[in-house]
Amino acid sequence: MSQPVIKTLGLNRNFGDLKAIQSLDLEVEKGTIYGFLGPNGCGKTTAIRMLTGLLKPTSGEVEVLGYSLPDDAEKLRRKIGYMTQRFSLYEDLTVTENLQFVAKIYGLSGSQQKARINELLDIYGLENQSRQMAGSMSGGQRQRLGLAAAILHKPELLFLDEPTSAVDPENRREFWEQLFDLCDQGTSILVSTHYMDEAERCHKLAILEDGVKRADGSPDELMRTMGAHVVEIASSNLRELKQELLLLPPVVSAAQLGARLRVLIADSIEDPVGYLRQQNSLSGNLSASASLALVRPSLEDVFVTCTGKRR
Amino acid sequence: MNSLLRIQAVFIKELMQLKRDRMTFGMVLMIPLIQLMLFGYAINTNVRGIPVGVVDYSSSALSRILMQTIGATQVVKFSHQYMTVADAEAAIARTEVRAVLVIPKDVGQRLARHSTVGLATPASSDQETSRPVAHWLVDGSDNMIAGAIKSLRNMPLAELLSKPVNRGVPTFEVTLLYNPEQRTAVNVVPGLVAIILTMTMIMFTSAAIVRERERGNLEMLITTPVRPIELMLGKIIPYMFIGAIQVIIILGLGHLIFNVPINGSLIQLAGATFLFIMASLTLGLVISTIARNQLQSMQMTIFVLLPSILLSGFVFPYDGMPEPAQYLSEVLPATHFVRLIRGVVLRDVQVVDMSFDLYWLVIFTLVGLLVASLRFKKNLD
Ligand SMILES: Nc1ncnc2c1ncn2[C@@H]1O[C@H](COP(=O)(O)OP(=O)(O)OP(=O)(O)O)[C@@H](O)[C@H]1O
Ligand SMILES: [Mg+2]
Repeated sequence: MSQPVIKTLGLNRNFGDLKAIQSLDLEVEKGTIYGFLGPNGCGKTTAIRMLTGLLKPTSGEVEVLGYSLPDDAEKLRRKIGYMTQRFSLYEDLTVTENLQFVAKIYGLSGSQQKARINELLDIYGLENQSRQMAGSMSGGQRQRLGLAAAILHKPELLFLDEPTSAVDPENRREFWEQLFDLCDQGTSILVSTHYMDEAERCHKLAILEDGVKRADGSPDELMRTMGAHVVEIASSNLRELKQELLLLPPVVSAAQLGARLRVLIADSIEDPVGYLRQQNSLSGNLSASASLALVRPSLEDVFVTCTGKRR
Repeated sequence: MNSLLRIQAVFIKELMQLKRDRMTFGMVLMIPLIQLMLFGYAINTNVRGIPVGVVDYSSSALSRILMQTIGATQVVKFSHQYMTVADAEAAIARTEVRAVLVIPKDVGQRLARHSTVGLATPASSDQETSRPVAHWLVDGSDNMIAGAIKSLRNMPLAELLSKPVNRGVPTFEVTLLYNPEQRTAVNVVPGLVAIILTMTMIMFTSAAIVRERERGNLEMLITTPVRPIELMLGKIIPYMFIGAIQVIIILGLGHLIFNVPINGSLIQLAGATFLFIMASLTLGLVISTIARNQLQSMQMTIFVLLPSILLSGFVFPYDGMPEPAQYLSEVLPATHFVRLIRGVVLRDVQVVDMSFDLYWLVIFTLVGLLVASLRFKKNLD
């Protein structure tokens, strides 16, 4: 197996008393898309900032592309691209001017620069906006400009911090197509998100909660080993049924999806459907006509099981 | 090579942003224009037309002629008459008038015996018999006004009696070099260059880094390979041109409107100005690396601006300051530049003869650039 592009060991970062990242171990393989999945404030941005050398770890080891951080941060800078969560290009410059600025900073000039910028405008569909001020563009257009600027110098490793938070589902698919194109060309990508569908597209992902990595692996692996069955119940009186279900110890969670209830049951129970049928406490609401079905887990179920453990 | 390209990238970016920031761009031109007009017309150390009153105990034709003669100097303008000295003092207190002339009952006799008139019986030069013609009560809390009225103390009263004066020979002869007519603008306009440059140059750059931080650009910028010194240089170069434009506005209009002579060499003037602009810009950059937001950077700019106005020799002569103030004044780039520009513009000195001031500006700039580059850390901690 090739050398990992990112490797951390026992990474910690405190802000005063707040432990933003706690003993994080990561290993990201070359040429893959790795996801950080987690709710607001779980430490995604903080982790990325440490991996790009912008924040010093309180303790722990970080090695990115073979450079040990934070000491070699400056050498690493030419080889990585970073798209920040908040739009960080200049709003009072046009699209082209922003790209020209970034190109020059990375030492691209003359015809080389022109060719690269035209190529990027083409790939990301920004030709018509090329003379528009970045500040006046829509969220999705800005996002594409941000990505174009981050990959202008063809980095080996790309960090994307919630790149699609302002993008509609249609454009999000397109954005991900472009990420896979980059990945095919050999770029390794680390992307943070709080969308399940995005996380599911990653080769591997880590689920973060309160600065702690709760689980990691490929989406399939995570679903296989999540340690719970998923049962969907179609019945009446779903709201009352849900309250009663949550009182049962093996039930990890229950969430209503329209006319159905999605219930996670710890896999210590061999036959979850049979188990539920036998519960007398439910008899009032779980009518005999109700249908119960064991279904394939989704990433959201994984997320709910791993982040539920603390509660 | 790449380093130059990066400096150029930052430079062009700053220029673009400046071009689109209409307000700032307008200020670049309006600040020197308006300040020049304000200072050129308003600041006048040759005081004219001070409103004064009179308490006339003699009510004679002579007292009216006396007032006319004094009024003819244009230093004062009689605007009020009071019955008693007490009334007059109250009027001074409420600044209705700034001074009051008290003309005694015996003004005629006093005048006859006065040395400037010299009807010589008894001997007019006799200190005991000759007494002042009248008495000024002055608002002494204002040095400028007090000085102006004091200058009237020995005014000749020749016209009064249309008789030649027998003035004594002065103790000293005085030749006023460089500004014989004592016009204030000649002194103020070159100094104004120093003050306006201090203000605008420090103000522009003190916001430079802070603005990037506030708008979120800093996080992008510090993940790129740009070096701090490249960033600093790229950011100050556009303002060098702006500084040059401002100097041309101030000195050019000062020459056209206020007739301020430009006696020295323009090249030397440009050289000295360049050094001062660099010193001010780097001071701004240092501030920018310390301040956390634009309000703080503005406060620090004013913190530097005030002593630059008061201690640089622009308003008060350096030689009149107590020693500790002089030390402080020597630190400020404005002090050295006020000396240099007055020297070159008014006295045609060679800047090499003022090498200490030149060296100070150079050293200040280098130290400033170094401090700013060292303080600018490429991380978010
Ligand atoms: N500079 C800082 N000083 C103090 N606390 C901070 C700082 N930066 C982040 N934190 C805290 O660290 C925790 C993690 O923040 P972080 O920005 O990494 O979250 P995130 O996962 O990126 O969240 P989001 O999805 O909202 O972007 C939060 O509780 C936040 O308040
Ligand atoms: Mg974040």
